[in-house]
Amino acid sequence: MNGVARFARTSRALHWTMAAMVLAMLFIGMSMVASLGAYHSLLSVHRPLGILVLVFVVVRFVNRQIHPPPPFLQDMSSRERIVASASERLLYLLMFLQPLVGWGMLSAARYPIVLFGPVHLPPILPHDLRLYEILRSTHTALAYGLCLTFMGHLCGVLFHTIVLRDRLLRRMAP
Amino acid sequence: MALQFLLPDGEEWRTAMVDTPVFAVSTPEAFRDQLVAMAPDPATGNADPVKMKAFFARHPESARAAERIKAQTPSSGFHDSTYGSLNAFVFVDGGGRRTPVRWWMVPVQPFESATPPPPAGVPNYLFDALATRLRQQPLQWHLVLTVGQPRDPTNDATIPWPPDRDRIDAGILTIDTMEGEEASLARTVNFDPLVLPDGIESSDDPLLSARSAVYSASFRRRAGEPVSASAVTNTEVEVSGP
Repeated sequence: MNGVARFARTSRALHWTMAAMVLAMLFIGMSMVASLGAYHSLLSVHRPLGILVLVFVVVRFVNRQIHPPPPFLQDMSSRERIVASASERLLYLLMFLQPLVGWGMLSAARYPIVLFGPVHLPPILPHDLRLYEILRSTHTALAYGLCLTFMGHLCGVLFHTIVLRDRLLRRMAP
Repeated sequence: MALQFLLPDGEEWRTAMVDTPVFAVSTPEAFRDQLVAMAPDPATGNADPVKMKAFFARHPESARAAERIKAQTPSSGFHDSTYGSLNAFVFVDGGGRRTPVRWWMVPVQPFESATPPPPAGVPNYLFDALATRLRQQPLQWHLVLTVGQPRDPTNDATIPWPPDRDRIDAGILTIDTMEGEEASLARTVNFDPLVLPDGIESSDDPLLSARSAVYSASFRRRAGEPVSASAVTNTEVEVSGP
């Protein structure tokens, strides 16, 4: 109907589910570290949701090999294409690293990694407080990185949709 | 007293207890107010009594708690103290039935009241006395669960539950060795009161989530600091196990 090649249905479903999860995680994480009363309940959601993000990233990576993304819009310059691909890759990398660093820092601090009820994950790193401090700071830095990349991604799409009106969003729209 | 229970399936229960009958405040806000009121006056080096009086006037529950804490006779050492969770928790059985619980570590060693004044110039005398006792024989405590009734307050650690509540003797803790701070988990594990196994949950006590949040922040800061010398060293208190 419009000549715009779209992402596969599974790719679109994964994209929007993860968009909601990552956005929720950023807000939960930032509220959690600033809260006394809600700290425990937010953390109880943050841990399993983070692990779910990790699982989704892996599923999404496999899905991307099965369903490669459609070609870029024809009127996008080569520089624009490079920025678009690089920012996508950066988002993937951050979404993969952030939960892994979270899991690793809990391991290094010797916190039990409880998902829900009796279900928990094993530690992936030795008990080491210096390592914990490094990973805990990395977790914050990656969170800011994710925020900025997420906003960059959003601004790019808004620019295409509102200013250029080139139907870029149509590729990923649900 | 801080305990870490490692369950066979990998779950964990951590608890940090103190030897008072109740906690001094009921909310995180009151705790902050108390710290502000207790801040030493730069002129005298002591807390300003006027500020403490104002704090107790604003927090009558803390005034009552302070009286209860003061009324308890101090024990002669670590070995004959009773340590309590003070905060209430919820035990959930297999059928989902929820029971409010507070727990205590009650010493088997007979209670002796402290004989003031403490020896001058021996800052670790309590630890030294504990090591001396442990070299003679193991020390034991009963884990006693106080079972709350539906109307007992679970959200106010300044209020004791009535003394006639059911008490369950859940086991005996035996301590037979001792090591200094540098070798133990005391520094490298955060005794977060909400590290709980399935079946034990937080109550509606607002102090619990706040303790969890604050312990986590301070644990992180300490993790980033250089390790200072231990106040109580291994050589000082070492007890070889039986």
